[in-house]
Amino acid sequence: MSEKILEKTICFHCGEECEEDLILFEEKSFCCLGCKGVYSILNSCNLGNYYVFNDHPGSQQIEIEKHFEYLSEPSVIRDLIDFQDESITWVHFYIPNIHCSSCLWLLENLHKIHPGIIQCRVDFLKKEASIRFDHHVLSLQELVQLLNNIGYEPLIQFQDLVREKKEVEKDSLILKIAVAGFCFGNVMLLSFPEYFGLEGKTLFRSFFGLLNALFCLPIVFYSGWDYFTSAWKTLKNGSFNLDLPLALGITVLFIRTLFEIASHTGAGFADTLCGLVFFLLIGKWVQKKTYHHISFERDYRSFFPVAVMLMTDHGDIPIPLTDLKTGHRILVRNNEIIPADSILLKGEAQVDFSFVTGESVPVSKTLGEIIYAGGRQTGQALELEVIKPVSQSYLTSLWNHEAFKTEKKNAEKTFSEKVSQYFTPILLVLAFFGFLYWIPSDSTRAWMAFSSVLIIACPCALALSTPFTLASALSIFDKNHFYLKNISVVEHMARINTLVLDKTGTLTLSQSKNMDFHGFLDPEQEKWVYSACMNSLHPLSRMICQYLGNMKRLPVQEFSEIPGSGFIAKIEGRGIKIGSAEWVLGISDQSLGKTQVHVEVDKNYMGFFSIAQEYRKGMENLKVLEKDYSLFLLSGDQNFEEEHLKSYFSRPNTLYFNQSPLSKMNFIESLQNSGSRVIMLGDGLNDSGALRNSDLGIAITDHVNNFSPGCDALMEGSSFPKLPAFLKFSQDAVRVIHLSFGISLIYNLVGLSFALSGKLSPLVAAILMPLSTITIISFTTLATHYAAKKRNLL
Amino acid sequence: MSIIFFLIGSSVVLALGFLTAFFWAQRTGQNEDLHTPAMRILLDDDSPPQGKDDINQ
Repeated sequence: MSEKILEKTICFHCGEECEEDLILFEEKSFCCLGCKGVYSILNSCNLGNYYVFNDHPGSQQIEIEKHFEYLSEPSVIRDLIDFQDESITWVHFYIPNIHCSSCLWLLENLHKIHPGIIQCRVDFLKKEASIRFDHHVLSLQELVQLLNNIGYEPLIQFQDLVREKKEVEKDSLILKIAVAGFCFGNVMLLSFPEYFGLEGKTLFRSFFGLLNALFCLPIVFYSGWDYFTSAWKTLKNGSFNLDLPLALGITVLFIRTLFEIASHTGAGFADTLCGLVFFLLIGKWVQKKTYHHISFERDYRSFFPVAVMLMTDHGDIPIPLTDLKTGHRILVRNNEIIPADSILLKGEAQVDFSFVTGESVPVSKTLGEIIYAGGRQTGQALELEVIKPVSQSYLTSLWNHEAFKTEKKNAEKTFSEKVSQYFTPILLVLAFFGFLYWIPSDSTRAWMAFSSVLIIACPCALALSTPFTLASALSIFDKNHFYLKNISVVEHMARINTLVLDKTGTLTLSQSKNMDFHGFLDPEQEKWVYSACMNSLHPLSRMICQYLGNMKRLPVQEFSEIPGSGFIAKIEGRGIKIGSAEWVLGISDQSLGKTQVHVEVDKNYMGFFSIAQEYRKGMENLKVLEKDYSLFLLSGDQNFEEEHLKSYFSRPNTLYFNQSPLSKMNFIESLQNSGSRVIMLGDGLNDSGALRNSDLGIAITDHVNNFSPGCDALMEGSSFPKLPAFLKFSQDAVRVIHLSFGISLIYNLVGLSFALSGKLSPLVAAILMPLSTITIISFTTLATHYAAKKRNLL
Repeated sequence: MSIIFFLIGSSVVLALGFLTAFFWAQRTGQNEDLHTPAMRILLDDDSPPQGKDDINQ
């Protein structure tokens, strides 16, 4: 099924455009051998349905040789698998590539591809596959190889191996809500006769009362118990939180209900009590929204390999990364990551540091030079000698800094924390005031007034306003591809007054493939340069070819390439010399920048190619932001772009270049010490420290499943233009919280007037409590959506 | 009217039964993945390949 759209041929497997080499197989076109390979595997296993459920369900098979020898190491296997008995092994993998129903279908039919696989179950949202297989027939390594061959490579991270086998806390919140809902429903029904004055026989009244009292027990001692423990904890620390008045309210409601039912003086407040706990728990549940597929806690370990090839006298053996020591000689092959700072012993190093710095063009290294950990080798295999342990390397030592050892500090109190400081004392004062006022004349009424104040002022609506507002704000951010770690991030965002931005990969597009030519080439010369570059495998040469476009390739008479410098070619009798400034012009590279390729034809200097820095859309927004926020730029790069960037960062002393990971981190800290509240926007591992130290660290990524450093929020690059709207909207959300607090106060005041007179009837309480709750929930939802509309986020 | 005692008693027992069923479902992880089964049901197990073009020939 080859599709011809505007004469472009689309790969049958992955739907990508077939750019260079079209492969025809069984009348279907494929963009590469990898895609064709997957197709033929599936076809031979009778799994062609894969292509029926969705068009082009596959993903492009970039031909990279993967090495999975380390999966035969017993220690690695032991850490990776879930469970094993005599013949069967259970294992689960995270497979980032799962994206459609075809993926699901194929993976769950894995047993058709290999008889050793017994069962495979996919959790689509978590992108996880749990596989049961017979390890006598199929080894773990073969299984992973098989998954890789069909285009579903599992992501096996260092963190998977060292994952603490911590007790997965069974989420009991749902069960508590279920119990609360069950009791709430029953109590409401049993209380109806009371509401409508259908009192009937006293026998029924005491029966209903007894049942109500029974339903209150699980509410207080199971569903609502967390409020007591939490209140007690903060009370021991000598402070107040919002759980304290809630716990007080629950206690008073419970005791008065029991008392009234036992003494036959009234119907009690069982319905209010159950409703209160039920709504509070729902608020808690809303607060807990999590993203399964996004990890906010990544550090260098999720990026580093699980194992490395150690070179010994007895040949190369894979060892776990944790066993790597200084002095070890290791082999790093194409597309593998250099795990520790090491010296280059053998091989031609073209190291891609894009994950670390955001720079997309590989850096060449000469023999004997130190290569910092975190780079990815492109090209031939390298022999390296490790000079520093993994955790002490230039980049990774950042994580030894104290900032990573302590919980992220966010000293700033949230709004509800601030309010509860005052709320509880005022509540207690009012309650005692009511008690003292009535005690001389009517002691029963005094007790009534005292307990009624505690009941009616129970800050249910207040406790709900924050989670409901922030949760709906979160879902609006989510729709705009801005993912927040938890709801408190919104409040922190609203208080920000300083923005610090990284340059490479954050403001610029990391995968820029555009070149510019500075100088002049006539069409004839362009052809020579093109033909010469076609012979070189260096990424920059490929980019030059792409820039020049498809041309007729001329025969090259002579060609010699000097690694790390450039090449000389002879075409149609002309000598073409292309390479670095140092090599072509004989001047030091440093003054010109690293990504320039100079061209000489017949000893005449023609000019140079350079990578065009492509800025993200929405740069002009920085000028808008500069009015309200102080903006800073921290770049690990040299200052080639300073002039251009000055048009966005107009204030003096806002551009900083040549920043190391540690100095970025310290810069944030110094800003904070001078009273600023800082957002850091970054993308690479080198921003990790700054992201961690800032009040709010936002990582920018072009795809949420790609690697991104640990952060508080993750933004897709396409949403960058909306940044000012996000910041404004977070302030709107906080305003909504303030307003809903005002509304709940009004309800409290109305209730208090009943309470202080000592005449609070269960009916009034039973109406006021749910009414205020529903008002708050609907108000916060509507108001946040209105605010989002206003900011064009919906 | 004493039938009320029996009716309310049995309704509460019934409701408790549902609550227990929910507890069981939650404990055995039946609510952990609510998305995948919805997709799985749409994919036939062993249907002969059919559709846009016959791939398996």
